[in-house]
Amino acid sequence: MTGAKVWKRTMNKIPNNKAWWLVLPMFLLVAFSAIIPLMTVVNYSLQDIFDQNTAYFVGVEWYQEVLRDTRLHDSLLRQFGFSLSVLLIEIPLGIAVALMMPTRGWQASAVLILLALPLLIPWNVVGTIWQVFARGDIGLFGWTLNNLGVDYNYTSNSLDAWLTVLLMDVWHWTSLVALLCYSGLRAIPDAYYQAAKIDRASPWAVFRYIQLPRLKNVLVIGVLLRFMDSFMIYTEPFVLTGGGPGTSTTFLSQTLTQMAIGQFDIGPAAAFSLVYFLIVLLVSWVFFTTITHMEKSDNGNKHDK
Amino acid sequence: MLNWMAWTMPSGLFFIGIASILLVMTIFEIRKPCVERKGWLPIPTTRGDRLFIGLLSSAFIHLSFLGLSDLSLWIALAMSALLMLILLRWG
Repeated sequence: MTGAKVWKRTMNKIPNNKAWWLVLPMFLLVAFSAIIPLMTVVNYSLQDIFDQNTAYFVGVEWYQEVLRDTRLHDSLLRQFGFSLSVLLIEIPLGIAVALMMPTRGWQASAVLILLALPLLIPWNVVGTIWQVFARGDIGLFGWTLNNLGVDYNYTSNSLDAWLTVLLMDVWHWTSLVALLCYSGLRAIPDAYYQAAKIDRASPWAVFRYIQLPRLKNVLVIGVLLRFMDSFMIYTEPFVLTGGGPGTSTTFLSQTLTQMAIGQFDIGPAAAFSLVYFLIVLLVSWVFFTTITHMEKSDNGNKHDK
Repeated sequence: MLNWMAWTMPSGLFFIGIASILLVMTIFEIRKPCVERKGWLPIPTTRGDRLFIGLLSSAFIHLSFLGLSDLSLWIALAMSALLMLILLRWG
């Protein structure tokens, strides 16, 4: 672009930014509902608060305490293990389900509705359903396992409890990944499949070089949603196992709630919430940046060719 | 004013600091709009990206100082400031 053109363009553009004032009401709302509460958490994390009039400034003491607390280390590790398992199971399973779904006719609608059903059930109801379903005496799942000779009891065996929570999450949320992938798959033009047919591409090659790259966008959303949701999971394990046996299914948010509401330790709970928040922020940012960056370099390569 | 919601001076100063950083960056952006570029970071970044990376890593530097050592937080603060400078200039 020559200098004259740039000059002309900048002359035609009217630098009027008054429309930004229209953002003000939204900003005030967000400030009231999110920014100021978050600031309050930062403020509380620096103090020892007894009641409305008694608060002592303790500096970073709570952070020191919280970061060296083995109970919190354990629940953080447990949480990462759980979220990782959720992603490792739900993402491939969701893709597989989406690939097998019928594409037209009444079957397609029927499968879509069936898949959407678990998503419509509230968290605490899911917990209750599985609480009954997995019981050894009256629950179908627990009773069947026990009669098949498997020693299964989610209230006393920590591994059983952990697997039950994981299975419950898979049952509840794989549909989301599957539905996202299904919509991604439907957006692929037929020409791609025709080209693959002409090239006699194997089904695996079609999946690897046509479907998977095209699913990337929805998978980003799926991975992010599933990571954040499972990382902040509270209601379902709370209803199902109450965090037990022992602490084997006490995930981060439950530990936090016990601290904040059970023991009324607002200071440490605030400090830990912020650490929690920073971890979620970091992981989400890394996911998001990696994937959008991958996309950009892909597009760059296409333009080069 | 500071009695409301148990506000304290240090947290107040912290937020005034953050707000003024954002304000300065906004003015800077209007005066001299930045372009995305590639520095030593593995991804091309804008000025705001580098600020965000700097702030987030400063938070984790402070947390690791608190969690892993008994050293003074002023050292963490100095390290963060240095990192922020390097990030903004060459990142």
